[in-house]
Amino acid sequence: MAEIVLDKVTKRYPDGALAVNEVNIEIADGEFIILVGPSGCGKSTTLNMIAGLEDITEGELRIGGQRVNERAPKDRDIAMVFQSYALYPHMTVRENMAFPLRLAKVDNATVEKKVTEAAKILDLTQHLDRKPSNLSGGQRQRVAMGRAIVRSPKAFLMDEPLSNLDAKLRGQMRTSVSRLQKQLGTTTVYVTHDQTEAMTLGDRVVVMRGGVVQQIGAPQFLYDHPANLFVAGFIGSPSMNFMPATLENGALSTPLGQVALGDRVRSAAEKANAPREVILGVRPEHFEDAAVLDEAAKARGSVFTAQVDVLESMGSEKYAYFTVDGEQASSAELAELAADSGSADVPSSGSQLVTRLSAASGATEGGSVQVWFDTEKVQLFDPSDGRNLTYSAE
Amino acid sequence: MAVITSGVDTGRKVRWTIIDVVVVVYALVPVLWILSLSFKTKATLGDGNFIPREWSLQNYADIFTTNEFLLALVNSIGIALIATAIAVVLGTMAAYAIARLEFPGKSALVGFSLLVAMFPQVSLVSPLFDIERSLNLFDTWPGLILPYITFALPLAIYTLSAFFREIPWELEKAAKMDGATPGQAFRRVIAPLAAPGVFTTAILVFIFCWNDFLFAISLTSTTRSRTVPAALQFFTGASQFESPTGQICAAAVVITIPIVLFVLFFQRRIVAGLTSGAVKG
Ligand SMILES: Nc1ncnc2c1ncn2[C@@H]1O[C@H](COP(=O)(O)OP(=O)(O)O)[C@@H](O)[C@H]1O
Ligand SMILES: [Mg+2]
Repeated sequence: MAEIVLDKVTKRYPDGALAVNEVNIEIADGEFIILVGPSGCGKSTTLNMIAGLEDITEGELRIGGQRVNERAPKDRDIAMVFQSYALYPHMTVRENMAFPLRLAKVDNATVEKKVTEAAKILDLTQHLDRKPSNLSGGQRQRVAMGRAIVRSPKAFLMDEPLSNLDAKLRGQMRTSVSRLQKQLGTTTVYVTHDQTEAMTLGDRVVVMRGGVVQQIGAPQFLYDHPANLFVAGFIGSPSMNFMPATLENGALSTPLGQVALGDRVRSAAEKANAPREVILGVRPEHFEDAAVLDEAAKARGSVFTAQVDVLESMGSEKYAYFTVDGEQASSAELAELAADSGSADVPSSGSQLVTRLSAASGATEGGSVQVWFDTEKVQLFDPSDGRNLTYSAE
Repeated sequence: MAVITSGVDTGRKVRWTIIDVVVVVYALVPVLWILSLSFKTKATLGDGNFIPREWSLQNYADIFTTNEFLLALVNSIGIALIATAIAVVLGTMAAYAIARLEFPGKSALVGFSLLVAMFPQVSLVSPLFDIERSLNLFDTWPGLILPYITFALPLAIYTLSAFFREIPWELEKAAKMDGATPGQAFRRVIAPLAAPGVFTTAILVFIFCWNDFLFAISLTSTTRSRTVPAALQFFTGASQFESPTGQICAAAVVITIPIVLFVLFFQRRIVAGLTSGAVKG
């Protein structure tokens, strides 16, 4: 019984900064939940409030049905893995992992047993008597995990635990974290700014922006049904393409030409009272080289001709980059996403379009190609508040 | 290629060796000279020989025959140890607060403590003399311990807060998450990591108290609390025509010994880079 409930939890730092604003999250027992968002969006603050390392300004935090706002971290029975690992440098690996048990006054035999067990799970057995300074980054990370799991707490909190590892090791550790969590079945709250980790690890993902929860849902659901422009742009790699568009009588004029909208999109947009000026969003994989499609398939979408700027062939698929003339779609959400990914610093004329074509495509760099995209799968957003006009919960 | 490199290396080594030797000689010659004087007899004292022609322990025997030097030695050790202990404990707490906590007036506190260190001590001697006389502290141990703490604290706070700042904040958070009370976190995680800083500070403060002459000569009048640096001034020769140079030198050698011991004892505990490996790296 260790579900964690955040009920309108708000954090205001003494300097007045509103870091977390009325966050509501219900985390089920045994669930693996991911807090994701660009840096500075309040993920760590939220985690630290659950841990008890930061006071909760307003709202209530319940663990296992009990209000714990006023409890010290040690009375919450929660373990945490820090981004920096925070291993005790004067203790050996064994002592590091045993520390929580020693504080809990567990008897020696049990400590020995639990530490040995954890070391075996994490493949640290031969390093037990070494000091953290003599370990590699990946080993230190595992010691930090070991220290968290030895005392079988009610929940694990992890604050970007893999971000100090190099890319390859991060991929390996990602799978082992996932396996470990499944094996232990302990409620886990995992903070990351990496959307790949968010997509692959969690049962559910919480996307945050500026201290406010944008959307909560299973990774695939967020990918398919983003509630707003921010979630749409943040989830997915390469990210969704955005273009300004004008909606008139059920038809859309876009930089890619006139588009006849599918029924689903048109009725959703009508229901949502879509404004005239909208932002069109299309995922890279909803494009295809028109030459590889049959007529029936082509009829379900719209075709445009453009010149390929850059072509990246991955073997199994091809990424074709195009430059779309005209203005870039602009909104506060997109500006923030661009700033977070650093792409705001890259000068570009017009907007760039990323498309994923099948390996059979005959597209060549610099050559012209007819590109089709699926008009049933496009999403429309309101530029003023970013809401998804074509959002549906199914 | 290899030959050239090693040639450059040898050149550098030679240059550094010469510089080191010069520095060491410059620093040690006066000390060795005092050592040499302390072993000379009265007759050969002024003969200008670096190595005594006649060795004698008479000077050492002389200083220990009267009570004066022994009492001064006891005063020195007692006063310096007590002042060091109090200054380091207070300094540790203050430095921890400065390094870890945000509180109003923090920068003012740091500024003030530095001001104390910069204040010319000479200008405080006569007011202190008057104050201590009226408080009956004059010529007592507390009469010296109190000003020593005052002037050692800025040094202690400054050195220690630098050490505390080096200890990653997250270690303390980790200890809390592992179930430690703030007291346990401090005792079992922060204190062991701060130990090198505490010992370094203790050495510096002890040397400061041990070597002080200004307060020792102004705020004491008898062997009740006179420390060695002050007591040396009261050495007299056998007659008024004889200077006590040899005995002063012997005393100077003797009072260096506790400092050397103190440093050697604590130096083993100063392991540089103890915090390495705490965080990523
Ligand atoms: N101790 C603090 N005092 C004041 N503001 C803070 C403090 N810690 C974080 N903040 C602010 O709160 C916001 C959220 O921070 P944080 O939770 O660390 O973000 P994240 O972990 O998502 O990168 C940021 O704008 C940050 O500047
Ligand atoms: Mg963070």
